[in-house]
Amino acid sequence: MALQSLDIRHRSATTTPSPSQRRTEEVAKLIDVTTCIGCKACQAACLEWNDIRDDVGTNNGFYDNPPDLTASSWTVMRYSEIREGGGLQWLIRKDGCMHCQEPGCLKACPSPGAIIQYSNGIVDFHEEECIGCGYCITGCPFNIPRLSAKDGKVYKCTLCSDRVAVGIEPACIKACPTGALQFGTKEQMRDYARYRIADLKSRGFANAGLYDPAGVGGTHVMYVLHHADRPGLYSGLTADPGISPLVALWKGAAKSLAAGALGALVLGSFFHYVARGPIEISGEREDEQEKEGDAK
Amino acid sequence: MTNHWVDIKNADLVLIMGGNAAEAHPCGFKWVVEAKKHNAAKLIVVDPRFTRSASVADYYAPLRTGTDIVFLGGVINYLLSNNKIQHEYVKAYTDFTFLVNEGFSFENGLFSGYDAETGTYNRSSWNYQLGEDGYVKTDPTLQHPRCVYQLLNNHYSRYTPEMVERICGTPKEQFLKVAEMISSTAAPDRAMTIMYALGWTQHSLGTQMIRAGAMVQLLLGNIGVSGGGMNALRGHSNIQGLTDLGLMSDLLPGYLNLPGEKETDYRAYIRKRAFKPLRPNQMSYWQNYEKFHVSLMKAWFGDAAGKDNDWCFDWLPKLDKMHDVLQVFEDMFQGRMNGYLCQGFNALAAFPNKAKLGAALAGLKYLVVMDPLATETAEFWRDFGEYNEVDPAKVQTTVFRLPCGCFAEEDGALVNSGRWLQWHWKGTEPPGEAKVSTEIMARIFIRLRELYRAEGGAFPDPILNLSWPYRIPGDPSSEELAREESGKALVDLTDPMDKTRIIRKAGEQLDGFAQLRDDGTTACGCWIFSGSWTQAGNQMARRDNSDPFGNGQTLGWAWAWPANRRILYNRASARPDGTPWNSKRRSIWWNGRMWEGSDVPDFKADSNPAEGMGPFIMNPEGVARFFSVDKNADGPFPEHYEPFESPVGLNLLNSNPRAVNNPAARVFKGDREAFGQSKDFPYAATTYRLTEHFHYWTKHCRINAILQPRQFVEIDEDLAAEKGIKTGDMVKVLSNRGGIKAVAVVTKRLQPLVVNGKKVHHVGIPIHWGFKGLARKGYLTNTLTPFVGDANTQTPEFKSFLVNIERA
Repeated sequence: MALQSLDIRHRSATTTPSPSQRRTEEVAKLIDVTTCIGCKACQAACLEWNDIRDDVGTNNGFYDNPPDLTASSWTVMRYSEIREGGGLQWLIRKDGCMHCQEPGCLKACPSPGAIIQYSNGIVDFHEEECIGCGYCITGCPFNIPRLSAKDGKVYKCTLCSDRVAVGIEPACIKACPTGALQFGTKEQMRDYARYRIADLKSRGFANAGLYDPAGVGGTHVMYVLHHADRPGLYSGLTADPGISPLVALWKGAAKSLAAGALGALVLGSFFHYVARGPIEISGEREDEQEKEGDAK
Repeated sequence: MTNHWVDIKNADLVLIMGGNAAEAHPCGFKWVVEAKKHNAAKLIVVDPRFTRSASVADYYAPLRTGTDIVFLGGVINYLLSNNKIQHEYVKAYTDFTFLVNEGFSFENGLFSGYDAETGTYNRSSWNYQLGEDGYVKTDPTLQHPRCVYQLLNNHYSRYTPEMVERICGTPKEQFLKVAEMISSTAAPDRAMTIMYALGWTQHSLGTQMIRAGAMVQLLLGNIGVSGGGMNALRGHSNIQGLTDLGLMSDLLPGYLNLPGEKETDYRAYIRKRAFKPLRPNQMSYWQNYEKFHVSLMKAWFGDAAGKDNDWCFDWLPKLDKMHDVLQVFEDMFQGRMNGYLCQGFNALAAFPNKAKLGAALAGLKYLVVMDPLATETAEFWRDFGEYNEVDPAKVQTTVFRLPCGCFAEEDGALVNSGRWLQWHWKGTEPPGEAKVSTEIMARIFIRLRELYRAEGGAFPDPILNLSWPYRIPGDPSSEELAREESGKALVDLTDPMDKTRIIRKAGEQLDGFAQLRDDGTTACGCWIFSGSWTQAGNQMARRDNSDPFGNGQTLGWAWAWPANRRILYNRASARPDGTPWNSKRRSIWWNGRMWEGSDVPDFKADSNPAEGMGPFIMNPEGVARFFSVDKNADGPFPEHYEPFESPVGLNLLNSNPRAVNNPAARVFKGDREAFGQSKDFPYAATTYRLTEHFHYWTKHCRINAILQPRQFVEIDEDLAAEKGIKTGDMVKVLSNRGGIKAVAVVTKRLQPLVVNGKKVHHVGIPIHWGFKGLARKGYLTNTLTPFVGDANTQTPEFKSFLVNIERA
């Protein structure tokens, strides 16, 4: 809710046009995983700035803690150990919302104004409008939003839209001790990434590159990767993310269908929500996560 | 640090060994990243574990814990035998040409003078050959068999790449790759920095590991230059300040030292420390020792200190031996102590062998704990089940807890690793009834002084006469204490060159230690801090980050000891003729009249290079020492000995049963018996810190507890498979002193190493948990560790010991 309504580009489940009188520059966070030491200062800063506290958990046999994103942990570090050609690489990736140019969550969201995309590219959840249906979770190609068991609403990284609105960098950027996290206009971040990639190539990482996937129209959180040809090495970063065909259908082709058909779909989602409820969805997701954990 | 944090950005090569800067010093590590980004620097990490630092390194090589001297000795051998040394530097600035006493020898693991009875060395043969002029004899041709170069070459010829592989378990080609990368910095225009921390200090031969690193740097000409140096990463925000202020049992502030019990004559005490130059035209700055000492005594005892009473020399304690913390807890354990005031550390967690520590504390009549947190030490008597099994009824110790503020709740200076005194202002008041430490100490002192005044006592003089000039006696301010440490004139001081000119009026703050006098006319609480608070004000509070030379020296930011110098020995950054070795990275240079540059010269400002004064002005030789003469307890050259608990059990460099472990290390009776053998405890264990936590403090903080909630140990996949342990399983880790239970993290970051033909596994043990705090309860890891320390400093051997591991 930090930016003015003038700066809204898209609003979930809203058909009226967004204001377009004013233009703002697109921003981006650049995560240079090649200079990230996995210290979790960004995680701590996120908890502090947003004044959220996850539970004190346990150790499941990994450095990852909390082990996954939750409604109170909007960013987590993911660690993977890769042995290739005799050498070990400990690839550490800060995970969190990618702030897609074409956000699957927003497209999927049936509640007017619960998900907003600002003209600077930030995708923000307005929880007071959230009905807890979990469609954004299905719509997200990066498996980011998390439903809170406490209030039945979905939470994720805001890219500190409140800080950015007043001209300061997100809290995680401020806390990062090595400069692995950078923030600026998307163009500045692309330039900076080019500089980093040239350095990495000089050190023998022939496939170093920028992760700014076209399948979602590019993202406002980008990665510099040593192995841009294989993003999956970084704890399963999606190689070619796209919006789920179902969401695309609903919001694309289906949108032009008769109102009756659309009504049936909305009705269907409503019954789904009533029948299964948000907690159920959360349970399924946890099972999936456990399986992923075992796979590690 | 010889250099400082920001200067690390100037390095061409960074070697992290004996430390894990990314993990334990993430904020300082930014300068390594800067060097990589903007100086095309390469980063090498050598460590038993593939660490967070290794995750961003250009090259990583493993080694077995405790074998760093073999690795570094191998590098020394590589540099010498491949002619990869900076010849002009070593010849002019080190003891390469110096001749060593004929009596000095090294045979089968022992240096000359060993007394097997006491386990100590008679070091009289570890010295130079002196000429009739009193100066060390030299051989500029380096041919003389007794010159340091020849002895060094001979000593390290045994440290071959094959020996490195056999002892360290580092594959030969990986060792050679590291040696080759390091050797590239022998060129005068390339510099390597070495960053180390407790990974070198916490061994029974820690001092010698550090010396071996320094020797590599000297051979390469990397000491005194920007982007080079031996850089100790200090742990606590003010642990550098602790050593600077002399909070060691044998030190006085500013690295002055206490007399021994036989040193009852003041003049002899001074004579022994005011070293005369050992080579012509050398500065030998410690010749000024008495000025610093007398000024300290004037700061402490004021008018009571006079020439007639040798400036209260008789009041100083005379040491019978080191009373380091291991000795103190041994004394406590033996029932030789009644009370203990524990300030600023969590003793029950911080020293080795928790069972012994707990028993020692239980023998006290009283224990006073000053701490901001409810530490395990303060509750050593309470039963916490498996984490601290105690019957409180059997503990008669009265524990007093005095809650104090933490660093953020008081004004003052912290000394960082780079020797910068940075003033900070408190963020808030201490909570509740907590008081800042100085107030607690002052009020205890005042009560004690009243008792001495009323009741007399055995030796009241130093207490009754202690100078106590503070405005509020029960609460000295940080400003008053800082001014006292920096020093002031007690009378009008005149210029020695022009007696009519007054340089400082009575009562004024001094400009620096050059103004200190040995006649009682100046007072200074810590001579190396002199100049930190001048008549112009608090220099430590300066925040001017101008960097006119673009090399990060920022002389207007805070204040660095000594004399605001940022890089120690910076005279060595220039050739003997006074021109910089590297014109792109100039530090100081001779302008034909005096020394100038981007840093404050660590040198006599007007000494013409033609005079041949050496850059190492604190040494009476004027040069740096490969051969440390009689300064170390365990030998003039670093020599490898196995940790006291070794998975190999023998020292492959000698066949002497007395020289398997450091022959000069002190082991108390009972502690040797508590050492384990590899047949029962086959795995090499090492303890360390994690970036998510700070020692035993942050387990009291919710966010840190969230980020790393529960105690774990790390093992390699091979060992895990052998023991049937899966990641996330609970395991028991046992040493000969006790056991802990923790979650197993099975990782590729540890790999079995082949040592002398046998597979050696490491068990990695992070330290941060305990039975107090917000994180999940855990065991104090020193339940496992052996009660033995470095032969010189007595820093405990936390990095190398033996354990067994099994599923819980």
